[in-house]
Amino acid sequence: MRIVPFVVSTVVTAGLVFALNNKWGSVPPLGKFLSPQQGFWQNAEATDYDFSGDIRLPGLKGKVEIYFDGRLVPHIFADNDEDLYFAQGYIHAKFRLWQMEFQTFAAAGRISEHLGNDPRFINYDRETRRLGMGYAAEKALKEIESDPVSKNGCDAYTSGVNAFINSLTYATMPLEYKLLDYKPEEWSNLKISLFLKQMSRTLAGYETDLANTNMKTVFSFDEFMQLDKQVFDSLIPIVPKGTKFDPPGIVPVKPASADSLYFQNKNIIGDLTEIGKPDPGDGSNNWAVSGKKTKSGAPIFCNDPHLELTFPSIWYEMQLNSPTVNAYGATFPGSPNVIIGFNDSIAFGFTNAERDVKDYYEIKFKDDSKKEYWFNGSWVKTDWRVEQIKVRGSKTIQDTVAYTVFGPVMYDKSFSNEITQGKAIACRWTAHDPSNEGLMWFYLDRAKNYDDYYKAIQVFQCPGQNMLFASKGGEIAIWQQAKFPARWYGQGLFVMPGEDSSYMWQGYIPQKENPHVINPESGFIESANQRPVDSSYPYFIPGNYITMRGITIAKRLSGMEQITPEDMMKLQFDYFNTFAQEARPLMLKYIRENDLNADGKRYLDMVKSWDLEAGPNSTGQTVFKIWWDSLMVVVYRDELEQVKYMRVMPESQTLLEALLKDPDYKYVDNINTPQKETLYDDMTDALNKVAAELQKEEKEGKLIWTKHQDPTIFHLLKTITAFARQHIPVGGDGNIINATTHTHGPSWRMIVQLSSKTEAYGVFPGGESGNPGSKFYDNFVDKWAKGEYYSLWMMQRSESNDKRVQWVLNMSKK
Amino acid sequence: MKSIVAIILTGLLAFLGGMYMQWWSLAIAAFLIALLVPQKSGKAFLSGFLGVFLLWSILAWWIDIRNEGILAKKIAAVLPLGGNEYLLILVTAFLGGLVAGFAALSGSFLRSSKS
Repeated sequence: MRIVPFVVSTVVTAGLVFALNNKWGSVPPLGKFLSPQQGFWQNAEATDYDFSGDIRLPGLKGKVEIYFDGRLVPHIFADNDEDLYFAQGYIHAKFRLWQMEFQTFAAAGRISEHLGNDPRFINYDRETRRLGMGYAAEKALKEIESDPVSKNGCDAYTSGVNAFINSLTYATMPLEYKLLDYKPEEWSNLKISLFLKQMSRTLAGYETDLANTNMKTVFSFDEFMQLDKQVFDSLIPIVPKGTKFDPPGIVPVKPASADSLYFQNKNIIGDLTEIGKPDPGDGSNNWAVSGKKTKSGAPIFCNDPHLELTFPSIWYEMQLNSPTVNAYGATFPGSPNVIIGFNDSIAFGFTNAERDVKDYYEIKFKDDSKKEYWFNGSWVKTDWRVEQIKVRGSKTIQDTVAYTVFGPVMYDKSFSNEITQGKAIACRWTAHDPSNEGLMWFYLDRAKNYDDYYKAIQVFQCPGQNMLFASKGGEIAIWQQAKFPARWYGQGLFVMPGEDSSYMWQGYIPQKENPHVINPESGFIESANQRPVDSSYPYFIPGNYITMRGITIAKRLSGMEQITPEDMMKLQFDYFNTFAQEARPLMLKYIRENDLNADGKRYLDMVKSWDLEAGPNSTGQTVFKIWWDSLMVVVYRDELEQVKYMRVMPESQTLLEALLKDPDYKYVDNINTPQKETLYDDMTDALNKVAAELQKEEKEGKLIWTKHQDPTIFHLLKTITAFARQHIPVGGDGNIINATTHTHGPSWRMIVQLSSKTEAYGVFPGGESGNPGSKFYDNFVDKWAKGEYYSLWMMQRSESNDKRVQWVLNMSKK
Repeated sequence: MKSIVAIILTGLLAFLGGMYMQWWSLAIAAFLIALLVPQKSGKAFLSGFLGVFLLWSILAWWIDIRNEGILAKKIAAVLPLGGNEYLLILVTAFLGGLVAGFAALSGSFLRSSKS
């Protein structure tokens, strides 16, 4: 009788199949995952893989030809715009689907749905939803769908993405789905909208209003404004100093109660831990030089946006061609059109405006039901948005968010325990207002001259961007474009009273008064996240500005003549530390060498003999930076420690300019000691305090700047370091033109000379394929790290037999 | 001789199944071949195991060569197998073989219980 062993072995087999067909903790379903015919092995793309093919797809109107060059950059030629966007969606999905979907899940607060029951993920999802990301995306979607041009484009793009998704089998699914064990869902126009809102969050989501409010408990408003300095002496604004501004079209009025209820209000917001704030180091450079400064006589356009560097890259390079458009450049997988690029007439690109467009209001609810709040003398009903947060392997979490006239009440008693005192705080953010940013790129890709560019940018409301333009007609221009609130002095730096309308934004700065420069005398325009205008601009425009990069660029450009694209390549890779140039003499003047030990003296010598270049092998940069950061702590910590909970460290620039003006700066003294410290004491103390740290770094071989920073490109799933590129041998820093830090840096470098035949160069730290199993996953990184570029090929349709074409993918309707 | 036939047939049928069905169709393949080819249970297990072990190791190894080890090295670091792609090929083949072996064992037990 062998029935018993039969049953036993069958149960064992079934048990094995079950165990290997399911995910256990972070272990993927191993049977499925390891199967050579279906699992991850299928993502191991042959290095001589043939990307050519003929595919028939429902949804296309006619034929599309896609020519891939040797770097796998697609050049798409379509007979009409719908087919063009269909093909763009299809190609984005083919190479970047997992990333596209994951980014929109992050934007919608849905990461717990796939990543599982972890308080960090759930908190992220809740915060995202409480910020109103879904609400904002839905509002924007309405705008998108009410405009026939953007609706057509997005519909076609979405159909293309879905055509790819529908063609997938488990074997052909992107690797990350197999690792995390889930499947892609249907793409939609809402996801395009969510993606663009995520850009607003990254680029226009930063402020420190809550921490500022805490600062006010210790510092007076004037002291605060000195610590949170806005207009630096050394500032070189985008709009040249001395430019006359028109009288303001709107003059906002400070409420009568502002002094008592706002500026001198010492109520703290409580122990509110903010999470998921965008990195304040996200910045960018762009500049254009007119023909009179170039060797060819044609304008040269340059842009390098600094973002978190990830795999897959946020950028995907491509050319889009239809009878109405021929554009080349960096695109966003997840959105139609070319985003930073050029066409046959113009080039366009962006840096972040860094303006504060997000404020908070304290709400008084009638009771814990959150159904009514006090506004303008009566109880007003709130709107409710019930957020259903699905959690993998656990129950769905329901989170109710109350919406007021200001916006969503982000923080209240129900949003974790991090908030004390039961305060309800609503968020007012321009990203919540209906708008259709994507439409701008449809028109920019087709713009032929300044007028077309100017018209195109009008639809753009958030995030504020410095929109640089140069044309073959010889024009160069920049507009800082967005919808910016007109604020009275001090408005929005702190949480505002929300019991009536008196603290609300009273209007917006008229678009034509936004900072702009057109064909300047100097022959160049540059923006690098600095304050766009000097103090004569008639509006209060707080922001998270970065000053030094703009100074370096402006100084370099003003001294250059006969410029070539190669000069611009060198400039984009420039390591000169202008901040250190200003700070070093001060540091050397006030250091007491006799109070340093032997090591301290050695480190001091490294700073003394340093060439001020923050290159990868510099030790001077490392010592300088650690010493300066230490000085910041020595000077400010004693005062800041009086602020309970969150506080804001002033910027390095604030301390530098204060000390240059007055070595007896009031914060130099340590308030916790009986004696009065001088700058000599602080400067020496600062270096002595970090001598041990420097020794440790030196022992570990990390005194070399690139070892200290350790530039790394992580995969979007940060924990999988096997998909990352670590120890990339580059230098740089956030306030240096080559703004590479540990995880952030120039995410796309582009240089376009607008001569009769366009000469364009570009590179991004990644590769065209999002597949970690492809040789095209990271093949641009080494070139990027060396400051080298690829020549960008604006292909003509007649060049289909050119030897640069490696593969041809033909698409036609089914 | 019978074992060699069983190994080859298991590999072939598992390969076909893998083209059109879920990965665990290899269990059905091993089970059917063990039903078809009379063998003692121990040998049936071994034939099933080896059939899929060989199939999966050859397929994985071939893919790995054509991919120049790009992905296998990364996955071998994730799982974690110290980044050793050959160890990963072995683990892959072993797991597939194990399922096939037990399925073949069932087939042989069923066959002998019938006879």
